[in-house]
Amino acid sequence: MIDFINFYLFPGLAIGSVYALGAVGISMIFGILRFAHFAHGDLMTVGTYGVLAAAGIIAINPLLLVPFGMALAIVVALLVDKVFYQPLRTLPTIYTVISSFGVALIFRSLVQMFWGSQNQVFNSGGVRPPLVLFDTFRISVLHVQAVLATACIAVALHFFLSRTRTGRSMRAVSDDPELAEVSGLDTEKVVRWTWIIGAALAAIAGLFVAMDTSAHPNLGWNLLMPMFAAAILGGIGKPMGAMAGGYIIGLAEELSSYHWIGNEALISPSYKTAVAFVVMIALLIVRPQGLFKGRLL
Amino acid sequence: MSALLSIRGLTAGYGGPPIIEDVSFDVAANEIAVILGPNGAGKSTVLKTIFALTKVLSGAIDFEGTDIASRKTSALVTLGMSAVPQSRNVFRNLTVDENLDVGTYAAPPADKTATREKILELFPDLRAKLRQPAGELSGGQRQMVAIGRAMMCEPKLILLDEPTAGLSPAYLERIFDLLLDIRKTGVTILMVEQNARQALQIADHGHVLVNGRNFASGTGKELLADEDVRRSFLGGTPE
Repeated sequence: MIDFINFYLFPGLAIGSVYALGAVGISMIFGILRFAHFAHGDLMTVGTYGVLAAAGIIAINPLLLVPFGMALAIVVALLVDKVFYQPLRTLPTIYTVISSFGVALIFRSLVQMFWGSQNQVFNSGGVRPPLVLFDTFRISVLHVQAVLATACIAVALHFFLSRTRTGRSMRAVSDDPELAEVSGLDTEKVVRWTWIIGAALAAIAGLFVAMDTSAHPNLGWNLLMPMFAAAILGGIGKPMGAMAGGYIIGLAEELSSYHWIGNEALISPSYKTAVAFVVMIALLIVRPQGLFKGRLL
Repeated sequence: MSALLSIRGLTAGYGGPPIIEDVSFDVAANEIAVILGPNGAGKSTVLKTIFALTKVLSGAIDFEGTDIASRKTSALVTLGMSAVPQSRNVFRNLTVDENLDVGTYAAPPADKTATREKILELFPDLRAKLRQPAGELSGGQRQMVAIGRAMMCEPKLILLDEPTAGLSPAYLERIFDLLLDIRKTGVTILMVEQNARQALQIADHGHVLVNGRNFASGTGKELLADEDVRRSFLGGTPE
């Protein structure tokens, strides 16, 4: 039981947090811009390398340098929207989807060009001892930080979307873009905010993964599929659904390799990603509209 | 009475051949004007063109003496115009209160709380539903939310596209009564309506379009008595 919590549950929640933060962006972009943003994983990588670059200059805990990564990801996302996606806005969305594949390749190549293709480890001041609770639970501090940060972000995002003018405008555009136009809402401002939030959260998610393992140019691309699974599972266009979807996918992946029966892993960890998709498909058969359809947020 | 909205020789469409051609009429301040005509006459297109949702090919649209033919929709809201589309006219996943709130974003009223209170007095049914998602309401209640949302920016002119479409006869009368109440608050109404006879009874002026062109214009009473209009669009004998 202790092993279960230490080695499966908490790592599951941690990777779930990463998926949740990435999936929120994917879900919001889909809800407001109506296209599947396949460059989202690589946007995550860009944000991560932004922190890595800052960490090379300022020797403090990389988590404190996350604003640099967020800023880089936001600037890059807004620029890409202006140059690549905005001119395609009036065309069928498939053009933008394909274009986002191209953007993903550009991001990955630029990261390789500037920072090289090898794995890079964050220098976080040596090995950090795990958090020991009641002499039995040994939990990575980073995992706790990831879960807590995601929880705070979820609360803040909920507040932003339900109480602020910009947040409500975002939900209105997501709900019905034509009516939003008739209501005189500034849809381009809503689009900008979608990129700002999506990119910022992607950078945070990327940093957690990179600090947990290492930073490499394929970091975000490798996470793209489970993040999409999470966004679809939550009911695409529903940020809070995407958050829940992220945790379900993350937990399903980790818990599937626990030795539920006998001493062997139930499913080999190599099949983790497949598990994510089986869970997604199974839940969508039961609930095709996603978990959060019809809910407010 | 000076014209609040003046349309002169308006030709517009969606990219193909024009849907409306050379349409002209005036809407005076604080009146209820109704656009009538058979299906496909271009009635809704007139409203969409005024509200910058379709392309003006030629002609002029003056609002309070300013040419607005090339303005954007958001700019028109700022000038004091708002619109309610025929279908999909509420944000279904937003609560009633949020729907009303969204109505203030493009052109915030001087006192939002007072405006909201004024609207809830007009639509008392909505008071108990403020926290409910608008998508869960009945068709009639949704129409009230939609009109309420459009009134939150305190417009001078409100454009309504078939406000009674799909409503039960009981609601139909309520909506028409409400329009009279709205006019009393100083708002001018220009609407497209299928229920021609009832609409003309509350309207100050009616404009009949056929095949995208002006066919007849007059006061509600005149059109109700007009033999051609009655035979073609109203059916039966005058009440």
